[in-house]
Amino acid sequence: MREEGIPSGKTAIEGIQKDKRTFKNSRNSIMDKTMPAFLLFCAVISILTTVGIVYILFTETYHFFQKVPFKEFIASGTWSPLFEPKQFGIWPLLSGTLLITVIACLVAIPLGLAAAIYLSEYAPKAVRKVIKPILEVLAGVPTIVYGYFALTFMTPIIRVLFPDVGIFNALSAGIVVGIMIIPMVCSLSEDAMSAVPRSLRDGAYALGATKFEVALKIVVPAAFSGIVASSVLAFSRAIGETMIVTVAAGATPKLTANPFDSIQTMTAYIVQVSLGDTPHGTVEYGSIFAVGATLFLITFVLNIVAQYLAKRFREEY
Amino acid sequence: MNTIIEIDKLNLFYSDFHALRNVSLEIPEKAITAFIGPSGCGKSTLLRTFNRMNDMIQGTRIEGVCAIGGTDIYSDEVDVETLRKRVGMVFQQPNPFPKSIYDNIAYGPRLHGIKDRKKLDEIVETSLRSAALWEEVKDHLKRSAFSISGGQQQRLCIARALAVEPDILLMDEATSALDPISTLKIEELAQELKDRYTIVMVTHNMHQAARVSQQTVFFLNGEVVEYSDTEQLFSNPNDQRTEDYISGRFG
Repeated sequence: MREEGIPSGKTAIEGIQKDKRTFKNSRNSIMDKTMPAFLLFCAVISILTTVGIVYILFTETYHFFQKVPFKEFIASGTWSPLFEPKQFGIWPLLSGTLLITVIACLVAIPLGLAAAIYLSEYAPKAVRKVIKPILEVLAGVPTIVYGYFALTFMTPIIRVLFPDVGIFNALSAGIVVGIMIIPMVCSLSEDAMSAVPRSLRDGAYALGATKFEVALKIVVPAAFSGIVASSVLAFSRAIGETMIVTVAAGATPKLTANPFDSIQTMTAYIVQVSLGDTPHGTVEYGSIFAVGATLFLITFVLNIVAQYLAKRFREEY
Repeated sequence: MNTIIEIDKLNLFYSDFHALRNVSLEIPEKAITAFIGPSGCGKSTLLRTFNRMNDMIQGTRIEGVCAIGGTDIYSDEVDVETLRKRVGMVFQQPNPFPKSIYDNIAYGPRLHGIKDRKKLDEIVETSLRSAALWEEVKDHLKRSAFSISGGQQQRLCIARALAVEPDILLMDEATSALDPISTLKIEELAQELKDRYTIVMVTHNMHQAARVSQQTVFFLNGEVVEYSDTEQLFSNPNDQRTEDYISGRFG
């Protein structure tokens, strides 16, 4: 067909036609077509899993609220699902969780931030090369190990200082949860601080600022949203922490703000029920889904807040 | 003209790299001195020696004397922060802090202990006026420093440097990221400022050096090839290499 359009170039056209076969795919085209489908399948699995989890969580929660009034769940101050009279007020578990989380954040945010400032502003390259991997190892320690660390190391120390405290207490577990999330606060804050352009630091140094002044008045404010985001993520991580609190904080749902008390967190309650011989289909069994859904909503909102903050800090400079 | 910066047989090493070789110079007070030369010739390195910004680069070693106002700034009794208060610097890229225009200017004075609001207001206004920016920003000092144009940001950075009352202003290719009109404004500004401040500028732009400066230093491979009055250097260079460079044969 083309030959008609270009009368003079017959030999060239023939050449092109001869070459045509090289445009055919000589390799295995089945591979090329099936691979994307397979990869999509892999991506879909994780999405479906999430959807499935959320579905089960909320249908079971729905069934639970068929038996227990929602009003009792949010208004009662007692959580006693395993003995009569059964009461399902979420507040004791919520306060236990919050107590642990607040203690953990009081430990992790100042220490993590200080470590991040050191790593980002002061540490010579060689020191950084050693400390960062150690922090990452710390983040990889199984939480059950931290749990026993709390029970067999932290608690005895607390009991030496305060002899009246029981073996299971919120303080010990809270401190150790805090230690567990230090690497997270440190590493994310350090990323945010390292992302502050060098030119900003130079500008401040050139005005006669000391290293500490640059760190505190230029780098930290410039990285502030990132630091806040890391703290929120750490907060949400502390809320969801399970093993440490199960091992070291006790199993006493109690509406209290006293760190020396034995308490129970939402996660620890779920563990207690799932490990015990609570029959499937009972109200007690259903209650773990209601607690799980509460937990899910809290961490979900916190993660969204953290992401929003992290997005904002990118626009700061 | 009085000499304010005196450099004698200065050698600077970045680890193994010999960045400045036996540099000796005398820089006059209240005038503009331009450093020219191809990339990597050491002109910025020498500039950053004057406020000891090189200190922050690990492995930097300095031999010889670099004296400002008669004091060797590398001697032990010199306080680096005080030195940098006296020797201000403006960088290649405008680098305002992520703060308001006002807080950018007030940052330096606050650092050095001025807390009185009235005094700060006064400093902000004088500095912005000196940097020929006051009229453009006086009605929105509380706005972010990023809300103004690149040229204005660079003048803001000059104002910020002036706010701590330096004697010397170092400009490290301060116009290379700016458009021609903003560049012209900065050049005019430099002309005005030279009556009150000693200005040392590094520039890639030979025309700029010729337009603005009174003294020009030509660097090549870490050495000073030629140092003389700007007019003399551009019209009648002594060294063949200078002539080759200014006539565009290399660099």
